[in-house]
Amino acid sequence: MNTMNPSISAEADMQDQGPAIPVRENNPEDTVIEEGKTVGKPFAADPKFKLRNVSVSYGKDRAIKDISLDIGRNEVISFIGPSGCGKSTFLRCLNRMNDSIDICRVTGELLLDDEDIYHSKRDVVELRARVGMVFQKPNPFPKSIYDNVAYGPRIHGLANRKSDLDDIVENSLRKAGLWDEAKDRLDSIATGMSGGQQQRLCIARAIAVSPEVILMDEPCSALDPIATARVEELIAEMSESYTIVIVTHSMQQAARVSHRTAYFHLGHLVEVNETNKVFTSPEHQLTESYITGRFG
Amino acid sequence: MPDKKDDVYGDHISHKFNDELMALKSEFLEMGGMVESQVDRAITALVENDGYLADEVRATDKKVDQKEIEIDEEATLILARRQPTARDLRLVVSVIKMVSDLERVGDEAKKIAKFAIKLSEEGQAPRGYVEVRHIGNHVLSMLHDSLDAFARLDSEQALRIMKEDKRVDEEYQAATRTLLTFMMEDTRNISRCMSVMWILRALERVGDHACNIAENVIFMVKGEDVRHTPVEEAEKVVGR
Repeated sequence: MNTMNPSISAEADMQDQGPAIPVRENNPEDTVIEEGKTVGKPFAADPKFKLRNVSVSYGKDRAIKDISLDIGRNEVISFIGPSGCGKSTFLRCLNRMNDSIDICRVTGELLLDDEDIYHSKRDVVELRARVGMVFQKPNPFPKSIYDNVAYGPRIHGLANRKSDLDDIVENSLRKAGLWDEAKDRLDSIATGMSGGQQQRLCIARAIAVSPEVILMDEPCSALDPIATARVEELIAEMSESYTIVIVTHSMQQAARVSHRTAYFHLGHLVEVNETNKVFTSPEHQLTESYITGRFG
Repeated sequence: MPDKKDDVYGDHISHKFNDELMALKSEFLEMGGMVESQVDRAITALVENDGYLADEVRATDKKVDQKEIEIDEEATLILARRQPTARDLRLVVSVIKMVSDLERVGDEAKKIAKFAIKLSEEGQAPRGYVEVRHIGNHVLSMLHDSLDAFARLDSEQALRIMKEDKRVDEEYQAATRTLLTFMMEDTRNISRCMSVMWILRALERVGDHACNIAENVIFMVKGEDVRHTPVEEAEKVVGR
């Protein structure tokens, strides 16, 4: 899985090679991070998302501090970092999930295929159909398996006939690796499935509206190892047709599924590099300290 | 075991992980000390015609082999239990590789001890022993320095060892020529000289293994693999 992503550009190589300010070893509290400074390869040659100088604040608290990052087309990128480092907040900016929080303010440039996703005339429902999301806890609707998957296509008017809808449901369940388990019980209630099946159902529901990007916020943290392996397998398959951004607390998971890994720390984006590099020889001292379990 | 505060492998949140990594490191150094003394004693046994000492060297090799198995097991358990990353991963992976280098150094010592017994039984005046002593001291100091570079994570010292290896190769070539001359002078020397040649070859291999260890130390410190690259490349990596 950890093959080098071709979309990582030479432009990224031009980034400087180390932390701007010398950091004292293994003492994260003492480390000064220069705002807006990211080591490694934050930019991609063919970006799906182009994010520049993004800051997010909740009232007076700044949760994200001047982050610039590209997310490449058909790339799997994982966000890692200690709790409260801003990785989920940043993820939720990408389909404007933060809109529901009144005191949350997002600034900077966030472009999806070169279009501003925070433009005042932007249709958020359409945006969320293009940028789907899977949450930490499986959250199927208390409806049948069929209706869960058919929900999105119905409200977006993607199917005119019952047979079209049937096709979408079957295809989505197939892509989510759930068809064989669910085909004989499409009418039974979704909440009766196992946790792993529910999570794959949520993935099927997300892909039913043919999104271009799938955001995953710790999709496996409530799943057992087998269900986790299934979802990871799915991520690998889906990366051929979707751009996937995954927030995870499991470093091994990030190492297994993603092309690039981004390390967040106290609202800063400290390092972005190819996953292979991050887990064998990270550039920044803070990344090293975090992934080796020296703080977190 | 070294003081945790002073050890880069000793500052994890998990104290048990600290202990495991530091134990791995000190076990490796202990094995390093064992094989160092094996080579030293094998050379002494040869030069001083000491068959008893040579026997002892051959017997001790079993302990070296045992140590290799123990360290491998320890490293495997760390991989299984902790899934180490970055610097810690590089330590564990390097130790797994370097341990087989040490084990082979042990085998070379055993080989030298075997020839020491054979030559002492033949009981002829030593020829080529000056070269053996000379190259032996050279590779022993390389081995010692490579273990020292490992202990102190000193990539510059490791680089010096890589450069030394070339000189050992040259000395080996020169010694081979000298022995060839002895053989041409008197064909009765051939059997003995061949034995000494095998010993020199074994010592030259010890130098190669020390060099491998040095390359792994550079990988541990710098995160870049310098095996099978010219010394100039390694120099750039270390200079970064």
